[in-house]
Amino acid sequence: MTIKPAIELRGISKSFGPVEANKDITIRVMPGTIHGIIGENGAGKSTLMSILYGFYRADSGEIFVDGKKISIPDSQAAIGVGIGMVFQHFKLVENFTVLENIVLGAESGALLSPSLNKARAELAALASEYELNVDPDSIIEDIGVGMQQRIEILKALYRKANILILDEPTGVLTPAEADQLFRILKRLREEGKTIILITHKLREIMDITDTVSVMRQGEMTATLETNETSPENLAELMVGRKVLLRVDKTPAKPKNPVLEIEDLNMFDDFGVQRLKNVNLSVRAGEILGIAGVAGNGQSELLEVLGGYQKADGTVKVKGSEIDLTTSVNGDGQARRAQGIAHVPEDRQREGLIMDFMAWENSVFGYHREKSNQANRFFMDNNAIRRETEGKMHRFDVRPPNPKLTAKNFSGGNQQKIVLAREIERDPDLLLVGQPTRGVDIGAIEFIHQQIVALRDRGKAILLISVELDEILSLSDKIAVMFDGKIMGERLPSETNEKELGLLMAGVAEQVAQ
Amino acid sequence: MDVMPKWVDIIVVPLFSLFLAAALSALLILAIGESPIAALNLMIEGTLFRSAGWGYMLYYTTNFIFTGLAVSVAFHAALFNIGGEGQAMIGGLGVALVCLFIPWPHWTLAIVGASIGAALFGMIWAGLPAYLQAKRGSHIVITTIMFNFIAAGVLNFFLVDVLKPAGSMDPASANFPASTHLPTFQDIAGIIGFEKAFRSAPANVSFFIALFACLATWYLIWRTPLGYEIRALGKSGPAARYAGVRPVKIIMIAMMISGALCGMMAINTTQGESERLILNFTEGAGFIGIAVALMGRSHPVGVLLAALLFGFLYQGGAELALWTKIPRELIVVIQALVILFTGALSLMVRAPLERFFISIQRARV
Repeated sequence: MTIKPAIELRGISKSFGPVEANKDITIRVMPGTIHGIIGENGAGKSTLMSILYGFYRADSGEIFVDGKKISIPDSQAAIGVGIGMVFQHFKLVENFTVLENIVLGAESGALLSPSLNKARAELAALASEYELNVDPDSIIEDIGVGMQQRIEILKALYRKANILILDEPTGVLTPAEADQLFRILKRLREEGKTIILITHKLREIMDITDTVSVMRQGEMTATLETNETSPENLAELMVGRKVLLRVDKTPAKPKNPVLEIEDLNMFDDFGVQRLKNVNLSVRAGEILGIAGVAGNGQSELLEVLGGYQKADGTVKVKGSEIDLTTSVNGDGQARRAQGIAHVPEDRQREGLIMDFMAWENSVFGYHREKSNQANRFFMDNNAIRRETEGKMHRFDVRPPNPKLTAKNFSGGNQQKIVLAREIERDPDLLLVGQPTRGVDIGAIEFIHQQIVALRDRGKAILLISVELDEILSLSDKIAVMFDGKIMGERLPSETNEKELGLLMAGVAEQVAQ
Repeated sequence: MDVMPKWVDIIVVPLFSLFLAAALSALLILAIGESPIAALNLMIEGTLFRSAGWGYMLYYTTNFIFTGLAVSVAFHAALFNIGGEGQAMIGGLGVALVCLFIPWPHWTLAIVGASIGAALFGMIWAGLPAYLQAKRGSHIVITTIMFNFIAAGVLNFFLVDVLKPAGSMDPASANFPASTHLPTFQDIAGIIGFEKAFRSAPANVSFFIALFACLATWYLIWRTPLGYEIRALGKSGPAARYAGVRPVKIIMIAMMISGALCGMMAINTTQGESERLILNFTEGAGFIGIAVALMGRSHPVGVLLAALLFGFLYQGGAELALWTKIPRELIVVIQALVILFTGALSLMVRAPLERFFISIQRARV
């Protein structure tokens, strides 16, 4: 008799408006295994798990648990069939005790104390069974992040979960805490639990999973036995192999350094170090591409350089140091005045105001500059509209209507509006994040040409992209980031995807040796 | 693109909401045993066809323009200023101090001084919760509403202890000197011999300041870089941060402008009408401002129109209470229905209308 999969999803699809977050996903997870789901941010991992946990309903497809077809309309139903979820952001009540948090939502009656007593006994049993020791009476806000996560796991186990989904569990953990978590997960597997681990970190997949599924842009691109694959293979599957877009460009003629970064360190609001001793330099007439799996500090680097994150270290632009200690969020305008233009990674969240018209967006960040003012008090809206029309024609924005609201343009045209704004300012340094994410092929080519043209005018460009192809075809020099560090710099002519993939996975040492 | 025509959003949706509110009110009036048609007639006659009615309606309208604009400016920065009442009260205090303690030779100068005093005091009163929001993250809705109560307390203290003339039993300041009295519409109409048009009505020249405030607000929001930043922050915090807009600064400025506008309401009520500072002179105008801003879609022209409507309802409601069995309380209910439908429930009206117009558009294509 064959063993039935603990979970089987067949043909799951889910769209949000025009965005297909999950396309015809089929996956089988065998009981008593750890199954990894890997993919970049936005690949559709979390959507898939939200469907499994009853937060979203799939547009089509079937779900089987232990071979039985079921429907999961809400999370109560998911818990009912033994699915437990540990979220990336914990769902704990900070000022409750451990015990109260575990009981929350699973109280057995109107009075609290019988539930608590029952839970205390069960918690002791669980603790000894899975070696998950916690003090049931400590208050959540007094205990560490790793311990809080353990409580999330206990919460699921207390609800009789046989299948445990962990969404980016190590995102908030220190390496030591992560190791501890993995020991717990292995122990749970020994006890016959099924675990689904969602992550974008290759090493975790290699360390702990039995099987791994790779997601990319809403599709399940592969499901593999972990011991039959390698980090570089996974990196390739994750980043994907699109039709390689050749960019016509002449060899770079780099001149003086424009951007010099020395010992840049940055901690986020939670005290996690996001940039670790970053040293980089970009010269005039050169494109420096930063490769890396999303979430390894590239976004933070852009935010620091763009003027809206504090950091320590020295950053010089054309020899003059820029102020990294800004205490108020928002020195973006000072940065622009220093000749730094910035095409942010997320055009819809940062680069554009989706409810503003194209012409209003076309001066966003430069709206206080003299050229956009009619006089001391008012903006010169007519001139801005005229100017925008010209920009839209030059950058082939369709339709070239300055009065159309940003959200009514397609992704590619939105990106062109941002690019037109930043490039036409003729900056000394252009920061570009994910220039072609969610952009159609035609627009990609155009955007690449514009970036190369700016380089040929002798400007420095810092390119950040998770598309390895894009990095390889556009960059004159490539730096690879992993875990907030620069793993190494390579010339595109002297490296290949395999080497970069390994660097992106953080395994520099083996390459070097 | 499937969007309904803009004019539907701006004109049809509010009118339809208004119609629903009116229909429900009519049912209520029927249930009381009065005729809704007669009630409507009475409201229209009492407001639009009687000279005093006009004057009262425009007097209320003036208040609502100021508070409506104030709420709109804050809305553009995605801030909900519920503290209009308190800011107006403190603005009234500013007006009283300016009018009582500075010897003004003529009302034209006095109104400038009083406007500045009112705006400054309102600004400070809104600035405190704004600072708490911007720097400390205390929610502006909570703090502004609490500041209403504090303002009422402060006003009480001043009227009972500080500004009350010795020997008076009335919790009110002394009368302002005659040189600060503002010309009413009756006075103005009298110049051209049309006194009859505004007999004994409290509407006064501050109405024109309110109109000017509409214009100034329009320029501020849509023509200045500051207005641009206010709208940018209101639409998207992360984008504003990216563009180098400082949230703390914008929150402070937007709220202080909002507070200044609320405060300026007091030149109408305090300097223009009562000619002394009295208790509870705001009469809920700060809250009505929220409905006016919602109905006017935070646009100065919309605010002006909505303020006229609410002026009509206020004056018409008073007429109803005067001439029919309809109790005073029901008037408040009717006004509340209008607020409910045009404000909170406007989305309920909008969604089906949107579907309706899109289906028409599709059918035509």
